Amino acid sequence: MARTSKRQAAETNAPQDPADVELQEPEYQPTGSDGDMFGGTPAKKAQHFWPSVKRLVGLLRPERAQFSLVVALVALSVVLTVIAPKILGAAMDVIFNGVMGAGLPAGVPLEQLVAAARAAGHGQYADMLAKTSIIPGQGIDFVQLSRLIAIVLSLYMVASTLMWLQGFLLNALVMRVVFRLREDIERKLNRLPLGYFDTRQRGDLMSRVTNDVDNIQAALQQAFSQLVQSALTVLGIGIMMFIVSWQLALIALIALPLSAVIAGVVGSRSQKLFAAQWKHTGSLNGHVEETFSGLELVRAYGRDAEMLAEFDKRNEQLFKASFGAQFVSGMIMPAMQFVSYLSYVLVAVVGGLRVATGQMTLGDATAFIQYSREFSQPIGEMAGIANMIQSGVASAERTFEILDAEEQLAEEESVALPGQSDGQVRFENVAFSYSETTPLIQDVTFTVQPGETVAIVGPTGAGKTTLVNLVMRFYELTGGRILLDGIDTRRLTREQVRSQVGMVLQDAWLFEGTIRENIRYGRLDASDAEIVAAAEATMVDRFVRQLPEGYDTVIDADGGTVSAGERQLITIARAFIANPSLLILDEATSSVDTRTELLVQHAMAALRTDRTSFVIAHRLSTIRDAHTILVMEDGDIVEHGNHEELLARRGAYYTLYRTQFRGGRELEGEVAAEAH
Amino acid sequence: MKLARLAFQHARPYWAWIAAVLVLQLASTIAALYLPSLNAQIIDLGISKGDTGFIWNTGTTMVAVCFVQLATAIGGIYFGARTAMAIGRDLRREVYHRVNALGALDVSRFGTATLITRNTNDVQQVQMLVLMALNFMVSTPIMCIGGIVMALREDVGLSWLVWVSVPLLFAVVGFLVVKLLPLFRDMQGRIDDVNGVLREQITGIRVIRAFVREKFEAERYRAANLSLTRVSVRVGNLFVLMFPLIMMILHLATAAVLWFGGERVNAGQMQVGSLTAFLQYLLQILVAVMMGVFMVMMIPRAAISAERLDEVLSAQPSLAVPAGTELPTGHAVEFSGVTFGYPGAERPVLNNVSFTARAGTTTAIVGSTGSGKSTLLNLVPRLFDPQEGTVCIGGVDVSELNRRQVAGLVGLVPQKPYLFSGTIASNLLFGRPDADNDELWEALRVAQAKDFVAEKPKQLDAPIAQGGTNVSGGQRQRLCIARALAARPQIFLFDDSFSALDVGTDQRLRESLHEATGGATVIIVAQRISTIREADHIIVLDNGEVVGAGTHDELLDTNDTYREIVESQLSIEGVA
Repeated sequence: MARTSKRQAAETNAPQDPADVELQEPEYQPTGSDGDMFGGTPAKKAQHFWPSVKRLVGLLRPERAQFSLVVALVALSVVLTVIAPKILGAAMDVIFNGVMGAGLPAGVPLEQLVAAARAAGHGQYADMLAKTSIIPGQGIDFVQLSRLIAIVLSLYMVASTLMWLQGFLLNALVMRVVFRLREDIERKLNRLPLGYFDTRQRGDLMSRVTNDVDNIQAALQQAFSQLVQSALTVLGIGIMMFIVSWQLALIALIALPLSAVIAGVVGSRSQKLFAAQWKHTGSLNGHVEETFSGLELVRAYGRDAEMLAEFDKRNEQLFKASFGAQFVSGMIMPAMQFVSYLSYVLVAVVGGLRVATGQMTLGDATAFIQYSREFSQPIGEMAGIANMIQSGVASAERTFEILDAEEQLAEEESVALPGQSDGQVRFENVAFSYSETTPLIQDVTFTVQPGETVAIVGPTGAGKTTLVNLVMRFYELTGGRILLDGIDTRRLTREQVRSQVGMVLQDAWLFEGTIRENIRYGRLDASDAEIVAAAEATMVDRFVRQLPEGYDTVIDADGGTVSAGERQLITIARAFIANPSLLILDEATSSVDTRTELLVQHAMAALRTDRTSFVIAHRLSTIRDAHTILVMEDGDIVEHGNHEELLARRGAYYTLYRTQFRGGRELEGEVAAEAH
Repeated sequence: MKLARLAFQHARPYWAWIAAVLVLQLASTIAALYLPSLNAQIIDLGISKGDTGFIWNTGTTMVAVCFVQLATAIGGIYFGARTAMAIGRDLRREVYHRVNALGALDVSRFGTATLITRNTNDVQQVQMLVLMALNFMVSTPIMCIGGIVMALREDVGLSWLVWVSVPLLFAVVGFLVVKLLPLFRDMQGRIDDVNGVLREQITGIRVIRAFVREKFEAERYRAANLSLTRVSVRVGNLFVLMFPLIMMILHLATAAVLWFGGERVNAGQMQVGSLTAFLQYLLQILVAVMMGVFMVMMIPRAAISAERLDEVLSAQPSLAVPAGTELPTGHAVEFSGVTFGYPGAERPVLNNVSFTARAGTTTAIVGSTGSGKSTLLNLVPRLFDPQEGTVCIGGVDVSELNRRQVAGLVGLVPQKPYLFSGTIASNLLFGRPDADNDELWEALRVAQAKDFVAEKPKQLDAPIAQGGTNVSGGQRQRLCIARALAARPQIFLFDDSFSALDVGTDQRLRESLHEATGGATVIIVAQRISTIREADHIIVLDNGEVVGAGTHDELLDTNDTYREIVESQLSIEGVA
């Protein structure tokens, strides 16, 4: 059963240039799992199959003692299962002999009866009798029969118990392995440099850490033990068949290549058809997504008929493709069954002939029939297992790629930072680039004194976000150094640097939890009273009190409960409670309504009081009041100074001011005029 | 049950195919059941009597039976797959058409995401169940009943073994399945939890690192991971019981047949061949029962899907579709006494709103979030109907116009700039498919989008990803404006359509728009005062009511709400 867990639609494209990340809208993601029990996701092919298999098996290494035990148990249970039919055959012989014996005169030796039959011209019958151990005149030997049945039953009993035991052990073992794998991935995520996340599609990354791991779990849980079991069973039955009758075994073996050919031909054909089915499913789902997401546009522009026609077209294509896929793949079972029936008939006929001519006993023939039936089943299973392993290995490979990714630089010996920092920041000839070829920030030098506000302005892509990210030590510098209270931040741990800095970003990320928990995120040991105080200072309290659940309102992932502006306020409260000596603020430009916007402004102002602040500024008032304005262009600080100085200089800031804020300035004049 | 009703309703057109499935499955099952009986004859009439000729003849018959079995089974699969996929196609089509017929209100009541899931995954669930039903659930009862009949034909005296072993297997497998189903659901929930935490860690990586909360997150993750592992182990422990137990039951049955059958054979009540046949029938019945129970496992999930589909299919469109009337000659937009509330909401979003947007003028709507601006705009293209009052275009009530007529009059630029997958050109042609390239370039020029489109190597044929995610927010917004321009409507509706543009671009765009829209009626919703201050007429909305109307200067003098909005955008002096 191929379990395709949640398929995650690719999310928004990560911006290629991570500088000044554009506002990313969360795109629709189809939720809910879809279970294609037959067909599954298009088979992803592993790039380096065997190395990945080796590594996947390597995950089991810490469990190798138990794993060997599991394999041993499987082997033992297969051996017992495989022997049982032979003994059942013997039981059948006891019955058959009893029946035959009852029909013969008692007290006459068997040899005599054989000779008599041969004399009477019943040569074959005589041969058959000669082969048996019939005691003439005696019925079924129930003592012998009960003994055999008891043996068979105990064989099966032990085999079942072993099978259960190995399943039990393997399950726990696999779950331990998967648990560790998940932990490794999570730890790895926390050690990856931020640039790793910037340069990769979020959707793809998520799919690797979620879907692919689920897939590995399924492969380990089902495929590995089944593979061992099926392979051993095929081997065991094969051996038993040759022991019972090599002639019949050769006949039965015809089924082997026949099954393989059918599985191969139908399998590869159906794989292609499934790929087509998936393509058309994707195409149809895409169309549905588009129509429903843009329904108001379809309506307003009167395109209903065209959309319906397109849907019908794609729907019909999907019907044809999925019918083909289901029909061809559905044929495998009857075809395999046919092979199995055919070999059954062959064995029945040839076996019957051999029993009738005394070359083999009836019990062996029935045992053989059972063997030949059980022979084709694991072969069919192995085809399915191969698929599962292939997909599991492909997933493993994708997961290993994350685990192998280069980690951020290890921390050096850190010096102690004397408690709370003063908040003095100095950039000295700082240079930075994401790639070696395109320098992004070059030779930036400036100093910010404790308590000052620095406004960073400049066009999109100028490197404003990058600059503040460097303060956070999100990225490692390629040149120069940044000093905090006169100490090179590289001599501090990332943790030391970041714990001095509070940050409010444009995308108001909150985790799925209550408002209280989200505020406490800023300082984990904050008391409830402190949380309320922070909420009051940052305008959060007023709207939280209106919510029916108050501070215990759960923020869900899609943010239905609180508005975008309110989310932003919560992130401000979160930074407030952290009480950092340094602040990094990114002023929102999103379409928060004006009143909430005003609240956000108030809250940010409250937060900035007496703290050194870096503000990526969009708002004229913030810029004008800043102690220092850094004007950035193409990764360089082209001007710095305060509002008046820069205006007087008539340089980049002056131009920017005129184009960006002209409308605002005129308005400002008007309002001022009105006020007088 | 909704699932059964849904399946039967949609199966009706394919009754002939379904009948074919039944007949073919019946034939193939009978063929499969005939084989052990023939084998028994080989033993009783061939082997026991040493009659090799009989063995050969019977063998030939058996091969023929095999071929019949193969042909009928494949035929059954053919019609089964065809029927199931056709039913899936019809269902999908019906859901899609129904959603398209529903009003914007009904759609928002469901939510877009769930409608997409229903139209795709839920249909898939039902479709797969129908396929399974036709492939297996049909043959399982046939196999059971047929097997029992054949077994009884061989020997009635052993029939009690059937009555004991079948319910026993059914009970054991059923018990495990019933126990496992909620656990499976639980496990899926835990998987979602684990993945949810990881998702948050990736989306919130900057915040987590900024607050140095890696350890906190690791603990949160570990808790979710542990809980998943615990449930998975429980599921696994129960699951690994399944096959050993089934194996035990099958083999107990086998031993019982030999033992009790042996007694009957010894007493001359039964032949040896019948004994082997009986054994095989019993095993076939038990395997069929097992398969049947597994198939039943699929039902609950499909049933949930069916219920979700039924909700959509039984939803009634809230908008009546008029035949259409004569097109209005003018295109002034007039709201008179319009009141509108979303179903279930306490207060109406719009309350007794009246105003007129004259042709050739620009009317701006301002107000805080939730004041009803977007709702007001959406009433013009009749995305929904007001509860009271009327919305008229050129004196004609929009509810009397049919969809095509309304669409021909109105060009909407929605708040969320949405583009369809295809090319820039295919998006621009959305409103008027017969526009030529010069007209498209002109629309792009006016929308300030000409430069970046011209820079693309393929220009108008540059590909656009679904939703327009491969262009920046500002570019997307301008393309949406160009799309409305290319449609050449008589009424332009801009719903906060300039928010992602910088002030300079905004300014240039407004200037060129002013020329391009000429005699059309323009209604703009905006946050930014600079965007709307030059409008001929400004309507101030607050809590769904019109609290002021006039020009920028007039309102600045007389309207407190307006002044408050203007001031909030200028400074925060007095606070800092």
